[in-house]
Amino acid sequence: MKAGDVAYFRAQSVSDAVAAFRSCEGDARYLAGGQSLLAAMNLRLLTPDLLIDIAHIDALRGIERRGGEIRIGALTRHAEILSSPIIASHVPLLAAAAPWVAHPAIRNKGTIGGSIAFADPASEFPAVALALNARIELDNGDSVRFVEAQDFFLDLYETAAEPGEILSAVWFPVATPDQRCTFDELARRRGDYAIVGVAIVADFSGEIVDRIRIVFFSVGSTPVRALRAEAALTGTALVDTDIELAQQALAGDLSPSDDVQVSAATRMHLASVLLRRQLGKLPVPTPKAVRA
Amino acid sequence: MTIDITVTINGRLYRASVEPRLLLSDFLRDTLGLTGTHVGCEHGVCGACTVIIDGDSVRSCLTLAVRADGATITTVEGLGTPEQLNALQHQFRECHGLQCGFCTPGMLMTGMDLLKKYPLATDDQIREGLSGNLCRCTGYQNIVAAIRAAAALRNETTP
Repeated sequence: MKAGDVAYFRAQSVSDAVAAFRSCEGDARYLAGGQSLLAAMNLRLLTPDLLIDIAHIDALRGIERRGGEIRIGALTRHAEILSSPIIASHVPLLAAAAPWVAHPAIRNKGTIGGSIAFADPASEFPAVALALNARIELDNGDSVRFVEAQDFFLDLYETAAEPGEILSAVWFPVATPDQRCTFDELARRRGDYAIVGVAIVADFSGEIVDRIRIVFFSVGSTPVRALRAEAALTGTALVDTDIELAQQALAGDLSPSDDVQVSAATRMHLASVLLRRQLGKLPVPTPKAVRA
Repeated sequence: MTIDITVTINGRLYRASVEPRLLLSDFLRDTLGLTGTHVGCEHGVCGACTVIIDGDSVRSCLTLAVRADGATITTVEGLGTPEQLNALQHQFRECHGLQCGFCTPGMLMTGMDLLKKYPLATDDQIREGLSGNLCRCTGYQNIVAAIRAAAALRNETTP
């Protein structure tokens, strides 16, 4: 199948793009890397009247440290995230997730802003944003506002962005020395959408978990925090019995559904397996007494 | 609505007026007659349509032709010729890295990108790099072997 007829406008600035959006009487879409949007258009799942190309807006580029955060411009491609030393050292969870996003040719075009704005519940970056509670920067051409990731993903492909707002950047908190993270997913083929995946970030005091955030993806209409499992693990040293309790708690956190790949029960089982496996891989800080 | 574009493909300059919805894959095949690039799934899954745009492997079915304006593109026609295959194509022949040939253009263009950017020291790296390209004939073994052989030759010739 081929994409439906569509008009095209190349925007030179955010205000330029927003003006085009507002003056369009039909369905307008912002086009960044296009790796989800064009696939959906080719399948005629989406038939926009106007594509507003935002890929030439320089203000949407760049990776830089701003205080205690790393600001990643919306047009930053997945391949750039994979090779960025700033992200490797300051947002290690994002760096760990990037190799799992699609395939090399798609990572060469796909952008972080597009991935988060599209809010596919099976995508990696929305889950990472939620795990780190990143701040989503939204620009309406006149002013900029921020929405925390935990308030951003509302439902299937539905976000807190207002019509016309452009997701202009994502702000991730800089990882602290006592923070550890891990990321993994299970898929039929490397790079395909996950059957189930998990992003975990934990702050330790010595070997005790002070705070942990566990986010599963591909298990519901948005990325999902496993709040009960987090509670079961907070204040523990992640020994086997703690992890077992967290696995049991997962039943109250997730309610996945059947799809063409696997049943809900299999998906739930795999989520539990992933949780145990990844908590086991979380590199727990060495106790100070041993280090000395 | 049509838009004028100028694109350099395999060293040759093309000017055309295209509809915004026209995919780069269809522009190459139908408008320019460069049918070496194959179209499989048209939603980014099979990798048959992979071309190199400004130095990166890209799905031409997930790229609008209008967005290729000003770009430099290499397709499979820009590699070797039947009389003089390039090094990777030669290894595909030596290793029997193709059967029906449908996936081959995408495999070659992906392989060119992998050879340029990655050490490819292990088969795992090669397989991960090829994970976005489907082949329904070979079982992949000989495609991996062809890229392994090309990587070994590359390492011998580049100090």
